[in-house]
Amino acid sequence: MISPVKPEQGTKSAAGGGRGGAAAPGARPERSGTPDRPGKRAPGKRPLAARRRVLPVRTPGGLSLRLDVRAVLVGLLLLAVALAAGIVLIGSGDYPMTPAEVVGTLTGGGTAGQEFIVRDLRLPRVLVGLLVGAAFGIAGAVFQTVSRNPLGSPDVLGFGQGSAVGALTVIVYFQGGPFAVAAGAVVGGVVTGAAIFLLAWKRGIHGYRFVLVGIGAAAMLYALVLYLMTKANIVEATRATIWMTGSLNGRGWDQVWPLAAVCAVLVPLVLCYGRPLRMLEMGDDAAYALGVRVDRVRGIALPAAVLLVASATAAAGPISFVALTAPQLVRRLTRSPGPNPLPSALMGAALLVAADWSAQRLFGADQLPVGVLTGVLGGGYLLWLLATERRAGRV
Amino acid sequence: MAPAAPRPRHLTRSAGLLAAVAVLAVITVLGIAVGAKQVPLDQVWHGLFHYSGSDTDVVVRDVRLPRTLLGLIVGAALGLAGTVMQALTRNPLADPGVLGVNAGASAAVVSAISFLGVTSLTGYVWFAFAGAAVVSVAVYVLGGTRNATPVRLALAGTALTAVLVGYINAVNLMDTAALDKMRFWTVGSLAAATMETVTGIAPFLAVGAVLALLIARPLNAVALGDDQAKALGARLTRTRVLSMAAVTLLCGGATAVCGPIVYVGLMVPHAVRAVTGPDMRWILPYSAVLSPVLLLGADILGRVVARPGELQVGIVTAVIGGPVFIYLVRRRRMSQL
Repeated sequence: MISPVKPEQGTKSAAGGGRGGAAAPGARPERSGTPDRPGKRAPGKRPLAARRRVLPVRTPGGLSLRLDVRAVLVGLLLLAVALAAGIVLIGSGDYPMTPAEVVGTLTGGGTAGQEFIVRDLRLPRVLVGLLVGAAFGIAGAVFQTVSRNPLGSPDVLGFGQGSAVGALTVIVYFQGGPFAVAAGAVVGGVVTGAAIFLLAWKRGIHGYRFVLVGIGAAAMLYALVLYLMTKANIVEATRATIWMTGSLNGRGWDQVWPLAAVCAVLVPLVLCYGRPLRMLEMGDDAAYALGVRVDRVRGIALPAAVLLVASATAAAGPISFVALTAPQLVRRLTRSPGPNPLPSALMGAALLVAADWSAQRLFGADQLPVGVLTGVLGGGYLLWLLATERRAGRV
Repeated sequence: MAPAAPRPRHLTRSAGLLAAVAVLAVITVLGIAVGAKQVPLDQVWHGLFHYSGSDTDVVVRDVRLPRTLLGLIVGAALGLAGTVMQALTRNPLADPGVLGVNAGASAAVVSAISFLGVTSLTGYVWFAFAGAAVVSVAVYVLGGTRNATPVRLALAGTALTAVLVGYINAVNLMDTAALDKMRFWTVGSLAAATMETVTGIAPFLAVGAVLALLIARPLNAVALGDDQAKALGARLTRTRVLSMAAVTLLCGGATAVCGPIVYVGLMVPHAVRAVTGPDMRWILPYSAVLSPVLLLGADILGRVVARPGELQVGIVTAVIGGPVFIYLVRRRRMSQL
């Protein structure tokens, strides 16, 4: 159940009744009236939403927050998993290190050799993985909320292909280095995003139209990618295929800093729009009625998500299905409505780093890029959706 | 309605179909004549009917003719498949490319070539059928069967395509030799056509086409919705199974010979419907005639713009079709989608 609550009201009812998750503005009078409201049911039969535990937080400045206990716990757990996976990933490779050694080296207590391996070789790769995963996760959450469909993620809607066209143009026609390829990917992704945005614009952005225009663009851009592939010689074609699959191999500090800067600006921006985005899930009309400026929310959150996807793609290639799966897994873990932007970002980071570690363990170091594994996992996720979600009619 | 009203409509539609056939004939001749080497029309005639073994005759008979014939049958197959899909799913955006059926066939063919060492068309065409069949059922189920909206179906198809493309990329990465062959095949091209491919695939496509034309009447009933169709005596399950079989044969066969080609099956039925109205008994033959016009036209365009090289036909149709798709999306009110 979605609770259209202003912060103050939420805290009040949470403090009073302890069920802020299902408290609607008009719920209080109804509690004593209509018998089918959750509040009137016998304690053992109350629906899931009514059993949520919510902590109100008030600061002296008058700011108040509703903290969903379960969501906070899930977020902390995911953060721990992401960090642990990162440490394990730093420790694995031709020169294995125990987690204790890794932590020791990171805090400045390692030998010179360990320092070099950790600081210069493996830490940047892990950081790129964490940032890319977080960017994909949060962008996927925004896209799925706006399109109101679990399949409406940027990799399905042609943004990956747009970046790929940019990157492949650089690879095939200019034989550019990694920097130029990354720049091409950003340009391709942003231009694609802007084009899809403009083409879907018709007195405002409608979620479904956005999705369909994205699908139309995806097929067209994929044809351009294939065309570029036929123009390449076999060496360039292999390089392009690896790039399109998405890989973390050989990523250094050069990739970390730009991505970190983009994330530092855009992730807080998206987090600020978490609440209106959650309202959007009820449909445009309901959101309007509740005072959400629908077009402005979409007009800010979507470009931010597009930029995040483009920068992440520039750093690691269009790694598929992280953006698709992370928000969905998070939604099931936290059981709370809305995009869950922060837990989605953490889930994306944890997923990607864990997938990179698994890819290295399963196929041998640097044999197959991480995108192959996430692609397979994405396929599994789709099958699972097929089995479970279809009956609920949510796909 | 005046009793005489249906007759002129009937006549117009017949005349239109004849005109379409005439256009197709012109395009076919152009397809043989135009290319890196221009062949004058009298030489085309000579090459086809008075073969003497000169260079021009070889170009006409062994290169252009099979290519054009392949374009004819593949175009008709894709157009019919798109029409049947749009009718069956009652979805204006259905297309074998958008719904991932072609990608399914591609993935199966890539696996067959890479893992099983299948090289002959007659060998991997069966894999293409299997792939197309599995994906068409999967998309239909994933899109929510009864209450499938166009958005759901298109998303399900695109998501499946994304998975399959990822899989194809992975296979290609592990096998560079396969990548070298595959990257030309996955574009969607008629360039590799020989008389053997044409005769090898024609029977499958013919069976699919006959199936598609036979279910025109029940598909008309399906257009009214499940309940109405049942009330009118249409056998829904049988129609669905036959449609799926037709789509599988047509898409699988077409993809096996020239790789995945998108949007042909999307564009043509829409243009046709504007002329014929909603009767499937007219839409299907019109689509079968006009889709090859589009495909051969795209092929000729690809040969003309990039001379002496060429743009693969799959790229041309995608670049033409993308804007058409977006136009359709923008034109319709969201309630209709």
